[in-house]
Amino acid sequence: MNKKWYIKGLRDGIPIALGYFAVAFTLGIIAKKAGLTAFQAMLAAGLTNASAGGYAAFTLIAEDAGYLALAATELVVNARYLLMSCALSQKLAPGTSTLHRMLVAFDVTDEIFGISVSVTGTLNPFYNYGAMSVAIPGWALGTFFGVVMGNVLPSAIVSALSVGLYGMFLAIIIPPARKSRIIAGIVVISMALSFAFAKIPVISEISSGMRVIILTVVISLVCAVLFPVNDEEGEENAA
Amino acid sequence: MQHNIYIYIFVMAAVTFLIRVLPLTLIRKKITNKTLRSFLYYVPYVTLAVMTFPAIIEATNSVISGVAALIVGILLAYFGVSLFGVAVCSCVAVFVIELVLKFL
Repeated sequence: MNKKWYIKGLRDGIPIALGYFAVAFTLGIIAKKAGLTAFQAMLAAGLTNASAGGYAAFTLIAEDAGYLALAATELVVNARYLLMSCALSQKLAPGTSTLHRMLVAFDVTDEIFGISVSVTGTLNPFYNYGAMSVAIPGWALGTFFGVVMGNVLPSAIVSALSVGLYGMFLAIIIPPARKSRIIAGIVVISMALSFAFAKIPVISEISSGMRVIILTVVISLVCAVLFPVNDEEGEENAA
Repeated sequence: MQHNIYIYIFVMAAVTFLIRVLPLTLIRKKITNKTLRSFLYYVPYVTLAVMTFPAIIEATNSVISGVAALIVGILLAYFGVSLFGVAVCSCVAVFVIELVLKFL
């Protein structure tokens, strides 16, 4: 059973790893500018597995910012993972051990969260381990090669690879939206408000990580009040 | 003041891990509050939708290829293509459209 889940996770993790490799390449370029060696950048990437968190951190390191400023920034930029971990806590079987919970927590990323909630029923930690075992090397090695090789990938390839992760997000949210009118409406409204927040002056100056948190909390809360979910519905679908 | 890179890396890793590990280890029971359950049920859909758009049309070299990736992604996902299939086809759409744009 665990092996089956591990392999399923591994398989779903491959497109994530490929996407990570490409995205992390650009992260490596930024790390190099901040003065990190290829090893240090790889270590930082492999230990954090966070794109926006990585970008923000390397930018601060380049400015020789204080440790406290770095900690505060990471807290804000990565706060969306707090929400994702809350949602995942409900997806794991209640008896899941602390060690399993900690290991799953180590790699709660936008993408791994996305595939984890798309699993039917409860989440087996081994599914995450499978995905992590390709996603983390993809992310860390991409960063490493970004530092070492700089801008060697042609821009057309980088451009094409940069939408891979979004394609995956669509593959996660569109099928449930097809089945449920409420979810379809929520997806459309979320995208519309996200677009508005990105374009309206003043609001668009809020960091993208913060915008994600604000929109997620407000929209999900309004929907929870307007369209409370029955237990069976919640069990059957995602989080 | 000169800072140590390894302390920087430790701070990054520690803060990021704490954010992820606290909810997963502290919330062990099924939440029974209906509103809270519903809230957590909607979080993934909202957060993934918010992160996808408009980022997908801004990630590529041209807005047109980004829109193409969005349309291809939505259509294929609607008809049940796998995660990997949708991801790859979105990338191919961007590559092809940007190639075509060069010759226009």
